[in-house]
Amino acid sequence: MKRQAFITGTGHAVPEAILTNADLEKMVDTSDEWITTRTGIKTRHITDSNTATSDLATTAAARAMEAAGWKPEDVQALFIATVTPDHAFPATACLVADRLGLSRVPAWDFAAGCSGFVYGLIQARAFVESGIFDRILVIGAECLTKITNWKDRASCVLFGDGAGAAAISSQGPGGLLGGYHWGSDGAISDLLVQAAGGSRNPATHETVEAGMHYIAMNGSETFKHAVRAMRESCLLALEMDGTDKSDVDLLISHQANYRIIDATARALELPPEKVYVNIDRYGNTSSASIPIALDEAMRRGIITPPKTVVLAAFGAGLTWAGIIVKWNG
Amino acid sequence: MSLENRVTEIIVNKLGVRAEEVSAEANFQTDLGADSLDLVELMMDFEDSFKLKISDEDSSSLKSVGDVIKYLKAHGVEE
Repeated sequence: MKRQAFITGTGHAVPEAILTNADLEKMVDTSDEWITTRTGIKTRHITDSNTATSDLATTAAARAMEAAGWKPEDVQALFIATVTPDHAFPATACLVADRLGLSRVPAWDFAAGCSGFVYGLIQARAFVESGIFDRILVIGAECLTKITNWKDRASCVLFGDGAGAAAISSQGPGGLLGGYHWGSDGAISDLLVQAAGGSRNPATHETVEAGMHYIAMNGSETFKHAVRAMRESCLLALEMDGTDKSDVDLLISHQANYRIIDATARALELPPEKVYVNIDRYGNTSSASIPIALDEAMRRGIITPPKTVVLAAFGAGLTWAGIIVKWNG
Repeated sequence: MSLENRVTEIIVNKLGVRAEEVSAEANFQTDLGADSLDLVELMMDFEDSFKLKISDEDSSSLKSVGDVIKYLKAHGVEE
């Protein structure tokens, strides 16, 4: 029988502290009305100076292991999608694996911007189907507020911190990882970039003074590409899966901007009750947004089998990805 | 359908305004109530409907309905 990959447990973690739009009104020239109508965001969770990406990732992963009924020795690999690792090296995944008590398993980070978690699920599907691993932890974890420019009124209102994780197993029952689509376009990499801190522009006094370590984004162009990439990812993943869009029960898209989520829902002809939205509470948490939303939907009983769920994302790169997950009855 | 009518239809659908409001002089933001993201989506709808690419710089100069019609004609969109 053909090997298949299932989501058998999920978990998430966000820091306790909340930053509201009213708080931001005191920091930059903005307003609750402006932020709400353009993004849908009301609050976001932010880490304190003692908390890093690995801390959130460890909690989220432990919760996913608990939901799947896994002990540390059950996990055969762990990888983390992140653009805000604890360090450039060692990989945050190694730190998390150690804290979870995993025994010397392969652990690594990768960067695919906000598409990272869906990229991770597609990789997990391939590892499980090929027989390399039976049980993998896939994590999306970010501390975006650590690289947010709090003087840039257009971007600082957007970001939040958090982590989400999924346990992927060769044995169901669970959410079957099905048809997918993923891609990238480096020709428009300058739309969304952290310019300094890597080998192109190593950290210097000048790069720090020039604010080159912050997230820089061309909002309107990114919006345009995001809407088109999300639409294409969803439709091509459905096509590969052999599923009609009329059979979709729930869309969980990357939570970057309510207007992008809405445009994606319209492309799939989905009514609002079939679209999971939590951007109002968390803002954009990059690779963590989909696993946080997925875990919430699981724990709130929204994903009771049978359900066909579409996950779709886009992000820095630019990258985009979509995957169909089916919980069969 | 004339170019003007096609443009009007796209604007009515996107912004939820009445066709009578969509005069050539109507400014998207001050007269038709569009915000910056509405404008981006509107430009995407023009791109999709008329099969052309409107650059970021060009978009920012298209402030009224008449600007768009003039732009489309100048870029080879037939009546």
